[in-house]
Amino acid sequence: MTAIMEVVEAPQIQGRSPFTLAMRRLRRDKVAMVSLAVIALIVLMAVFAPVFAHLTGHPPNEQYRDTGLTPDGLPRGPDGTFWLGTDDLGRDVLVRIAYGARVSLLVGVAATAITVAVGIVLGLAAGFLGGIVDTVLARLIDVVLSVPFLLVAIALVSVTGPSLTITVLVIGFFSWASVARIVRGQVLSLREREFVEAARSLGAGDTRIMFVDILPNVLAPVIVYTTLLVPVVIVTQATLSFLGLGLPPPTADWGGMINEAQAYYTTAWWFILFPGLALLITTLAFNLFGDGVRDAFDPRADRS
Amino acid sequence: MTPLLRIEDVHKEFPTQRREVVHAVDGVSLEVRRGETLGLVGETGCGKSTLARCIARLYDVTSGSVWFDGHDITSSSRRELRALRRSVQVIFQDPYGSLNPRRRVGSIIGDPFAIHGIAAGPERKKKVQELMELVGLNPEHYNRFPAEFSGGQRQRIGVARALALRPKLVICDEPVSALDVSIQAQIINLLADLQHEFDLTYVFISHDLSVVRHVSDRIAVMYLGKIVEVAPTEELFGQTRHPYTRALLSALPVADPDTADSREQIILAGDIPSAVGPPTGCRFHTRCPKAGAVCGSSEPPLEPVLDDGPEHRTACFFPLTIGENLSAAVLKAS
Ligand SMILES: Nc1ncnc2c1ncn2[C@@H]1O[C@H](COP(=O)(O)OP(=O)(O)OP(=O)(O)O)[C@@H](O)[C@H]1O
Ligand code: SF4
Ligand SMILES: [Mg+2]
Repeated sequence: MTAIMEVVEAPQIQGRSPFTLAMRRLRRDKVAMVSLAVIALIVLMAVFAPVFAHLTGHPPNEQYRDTGLTPDGLPRGPDGTFWLGTDDLGRDVLVRIAYGARVSLLVGVAATAITVAVGIVLGLAAGFLGGIVDTVLARLIDVVLSVPFLLVAIALVSVTGPSLTITVLVIGFFSWASVARIVRGQVLSLREREFVEAARSLGAGDTRIMFVDILPNVLAPVIVYTTLLVPVVIVTQATLSFLGLGLPPPTADWGGMINEAQAYYTTAWWFILFPGLALLITTLAFNLFGDGVRDAFDPRADRS
Repeated sequence: MTPLLRIEDVHKEFPTQRREVVHAVDGVSLEVRRGETLGLVGETGCGKSTLARCIARLYDVTSGSVWFDGHDITSSSRRELRALRRSVQVIFQDPYGSLNPRRRVGSIIGDPFAIHGIAAGPERKKKVQELMELVGLNPEHYNRFPAEFSGGQRQRIGVARALALRPKLVICDEPVSALDVSIQAQIINLLADLQHEFDLTYVFISHDLSVVRHVSDRIAVMYLGKIVEVAPTEELFGQTRHPYTRALLSALPVADPDTADSREQIILAGDIPSAVGPPTGCRFHTRCPKAGAVCGSSEPPLEPVLDDGPEHRTACFFPLTIGENLSAAVLKAS
């Protein structure tokens, strides 16, 4: 028998942050984990959209007027060539759904990121600096929250013309206020805590106190809100597209596809069903995952 | 030699919602000498913490002046204050509230280095771990969160953070009040060792006279925003002049049989008056067993009384003589 000398490293003692504990709870949440898997699949679909085009041999914007349409010029149902059927212009629905996922996710992530970044900074400033800054920002938040979003969005897009950038900006502009309001509320009580005074007594300035001392304490509610914001943004983007305010054709996106399919729901069910399902499954997965995140960060929150 | 800290006629008022004014600190003059521990005692709400924050310039004083190390810091700019922060540090009362729950202990203790741009990266970590060792914490707990420590350990974290920049003056605002009695002694001993090692000057605040007596060279007694008596520790206990000081002392358990004979139990009548509209004349006259007619109309100056030396100052028209019994005064008054 050989004696093996094992050099045992002194265990690096790792603190368990509230964040680590929340992640641990989240990992035990089956529904959330299944939703996360679904989200991962959708992300994969978006990333590998060209693979779908390659496998089927159908680029997303290619119109197959001969093979993709019936002799009467109607969309073709699912078959060996067009797995999920074709649309009114003879394009492959499956491939277009895959490409559409890119738009949904991109807008979902980009608009949410802008929203959260702006909301955090303005919420911190309003709550922490107080005074005139707070008065102005609090009014601004009220105003933005009471503006009829769709109306203004329609007006704006009709002026600038539809584009990905304007979609992201419009959604971001109308969503930051809720984040700012959440953050501001938390900061108002946090700034009275003794650790803030301790930081000040060490010589920390306002900016450092806001971002180093206070920000980590508002992250939990922001993370929860963010995960629930993504599906809202995705639906909003689809809504804008559905109203013709999304991306200029021929770019594939789910809201636009549903819009184009409206006229065909009696004759070509697949044309409206599959993009609709894609949208439904995506938002459902994000919502269920968001619920899981909320429960993980606040185990006492009621689940009603 | 100039005292390390001198404050002159400092007032601090807070406006309330009902358009009233809280006179939290109402004309305090004090000096803190290099290397000493000045104890500050008084009942809750008498303005100890407010005074501490004025000294540390966490508050702007309403009027009066604050001098640190020969410089007037009463109206220093933000920039000048930043430099001051390195020399004056505060240890807070609540070891739970004063540590950020969402940050790791290593970064909390490392804050002073980060804020003043003194050390970064591995160098900062090394310094922090040295500090942790210095205050009796396990440096391996660098990555833990405050919630994973006991109250006493947390206060050690607060001490480590306060000492990081080698300050000259440390204001300890009830550093042990929130701790178990068994833990209090450990923290007090730690503070004493550190004072010795780094030539620190302390202002030590407590409502517990026995703690203050143990650590202080001199003691100032505060009542309703004013200093009523200040004296070297043993003199304050041996030759108590102010009736309020005597009342505070009488609440202490007898530790010293020599003074036991002059001990009596005095229970002050009434509640501590509000700092919004403090009593006229001597603040203490509403509860003082010795109060006479003059006490309600004019204010006694803080100065040496009877045959006391300049070190022992008392704000009272009818100071206690040695051996005088306060309960006799109570009888006389009634
Ligand atoms: N920020 C503030 N705004 C309004 N009033 C205040 C403020 N801080 C303190 N006060 C009031 O000033 C008075 C003195 O308070 P302070 O905290 O200095 O007392 P303290 O002696 O430290 O008491 P404790 O032993 O409870 O810590 C109290 O009446 C308090 O209500
Ligand atoms: S001045 Fe008068 S009221 Fe004030 S402590 Fe002395 S005896 Fe009491
Ligand atoms: Mg206090």
